[in-house]
Amino acid sequence: MKPFTKLTAVAAPFDMANIDTDKIIPARYLRKLRNTEAGYGPWLFYDMCFDANGKERPEFVLNQTPWRDTGIIVAAENFGCGSSREGAAYAMLDWGISAVIAPSFGDIHYANEIQNGMLPAILAEEHCAVLRAQLKATPGSSIAIDLETQTITGPDGKTYRFDIDAVYKERLLKGLDDVGLVLQELPAIEAFEKQHHEKMPWLA
Amino acid sequence: MQRTLFEKIWSQHVVVDKGNEALLYIDRNLLHDGAFHAFTALAKEGRKVRKPRQQLATADHYVPTRERDKGLEAVVDADAREMIRLFDANGAEHGIRCFGMNDPQQGIVHVIGPETGFTQPGITLTCGDSHTSTHGALGAYAFGIGASQLKQVLATQCLWQKKPKTLRITVNGVLGAGVTGKDVILAIIAKIGTAGATGHVIEYAGSVFRALAMESRLTVCNMSIEAGARAGMIAPDDVTFQYLAGREYTPKGSQWDTALAQWRALPSDEGAAFDREVSLAGNAIEPTLTWGTSPEEALPVSAAIPDPASFSDANKRAHAESALRYMDLKPGTPLTDIKIDRVFIGTCTNGRIADLRAAASVLKGRKATVQGWVSPGSTTVKRDAEAEGLHRIFEEAGLEWRASGCSGCAAMNGDFVPAGMRSASTSNRNFEGRQGKGARTHLMSPAMAAAAAVTGHVTDVRTLLGGR
Ligand code: SF4
Repeated sequence: MKPFTKLTAVAAPFDMANIDTDKIIPARYLRKLRNTEAGYGPWLFYDMCFDANGKERPEFVLNQTPWRDTGIIVAAENFGCGSSREGAAYAMLDWGISAVIAPSFGDIHYANEIQNGMLPAILAEEHCAVLRAQLKATPGSSIAIDLETQTITGPDGKTYRFDIDAVYKERLLKGLDDVGLVLQELPAIEAFEKQHHEKMPWLA
Repeated sequence: MQRTLFEKIWSQHVVVDKGNEALLYIDRNLLHDGAFHAFTALAKEGRKVRKPRQQLATADHYVPTRERDKGLEAVVDADAREMIRLFDANGAEHGIRCFGMNDPQQGIVHVIGPETGFTQPGITLTCGDSHTSTHGALGAYAFGIGASQLKQVLATQCLWQKKPKTLRITVNGVLGAGVTGKDVILAIIAKIGTAGATGHVIEYAGSVFRALAMESRLTVCNMSIEAGARAGMIAPDDVTFQYLAGREYTPKGSQWDTALAQWRALPSDEGAAFDREVSLAGNAIEPTLTWGTSPEEALPVSAAIPDPASFSDANKRAHAESALRYMDLKPGTPLTDIKIDRVFIGTCTNGRIADLRAAASVLKGRKATVQGWVSPGSTTVKRDAEAEGLHRIFEEAGLEWRASGCSGCAAMNGDFVPAGMRSASTSNRNFEGRQGKGARTHLMSPAMAAAAAVTGHVTDVRTLLGGR
């Protein structure tokens, strides 16, 4: 996995709370293999991007010229709630978005972002709201994120400290792969399994 | 120290404790036909499934619910056909037991887990699906994971996890006639919100849950994720043990006695502390349904569509405004005035035999005035329902009796609600586009959905229950 250290990119404001993963990628696109260059990118926020006739909705933020190069989303509460589909993380990543700043995330989606080397940065809603307002006031402006210092610098140069758990921070900074980290513990796993299955042989 | 049900299971499964993170052992993992990303990644890294016997797989999301017997070649959609083919191929390659499309035990993953006894009290169980919370109804710690973590479980049978917090939701009292587990969980989500339990494991406690049949407990735990919870759990009791006895994967003979002794020690100790507590009065819960596009936008059937302007939270107000636009509804409209175009009964929330019985008891001798279909939660449920003659009640009412699968819940198999149509659905998500692009979903219990089928509008099922 590619390490995540710093990122400066155009940031897009998403005012709506509870953006579920069905919105991030509609279920009907999940039956596609992710084996082309574009990956899941073309289906990101598909039904928010396009109307019933496949025409772009001009009011949708990512359809507006200054935000076509968005690399960061600043969202509201409970981003990525709902379905466990990792396709939601794939779609963002394949489209070019590798960090989401929000006051809270759906648990499973949060883990999926981490697993894909994306940064889910937790920042209080009052600060997210300020950032979103600034991004709207100056469309196409950038935000800078530094994971090591856990800081976000907004378009006006003001810096905020975001939350991320120490273990996830280390994984992202080093680009560590979880399977590798688990397999380091193989002797402990085998020992555990032995005594566990002695107690509950029907589970082996 | 007094411990909760969750803490007991957690501590019995910690392989390595690093303080801020634990390596958790996963007893059992369920797979469905959407698991292909995990298998692709596994193959790319040249890894094997470490414990094939601790896996069980079923085809549910992409399978057709009509003309199933015509086999794979008859699946019209090429992408869906490829998903089902990949599912069989991956299972065969890794030696995993698979209930393929035409297997007599095929069904929705969260129905077949309990039904086969694969799900048991005290175990850790994962599945690459958010509604894995369902299995907590049997007293398991069961949680949904994404494709990368699924790959880890397949390769190692373990996951690095941070310990979630605990939330006890107590509902005491007695439920009124026509009020079901679905109404209880919708009332809970309406109260605490879709993010109300984020980061927490819910334990449902109180006389209402003790009195619920296993099917209704499964419905309640199923929708824990709609309140943002990592998992939902109900302490195992005699209802649980009776449900499990004799099922395929449950221990037999002296092992059953050993298991029973271990399971009886699982319930939370008297006085065990939870990080948070919430309570509701069971007697006050009415048949409940959603009016908006989030499961928290739910109200008792006697209520009217709320005015978003009356919401103090700005985010909730904005959500409600956009929901009413999408749903084409006006504030002040009594819920019972909402016209229904389609009825869908089934899913991992409400596709079990007791759910079908509840719907059939409302429909018996009556005609549906709108189109709709019933898709049993598993092929076993389908057989059981047919043995009781339930399918005839549905068909005589004018509803289609279909094969088992996720069907119109997420509309991945081509069973969708057409744009602009309003559906009374027993599923668990009313998100925009969930049942198809532009589809408008009202979540409700099977009995309420059956009542809406009869009248063509949202109806308090209690008015149709006289003598039933
Ligand atoms: S029935 Fe619906 S919620 Fe349940 S597993 Fe299938 S798609 Fe998911």
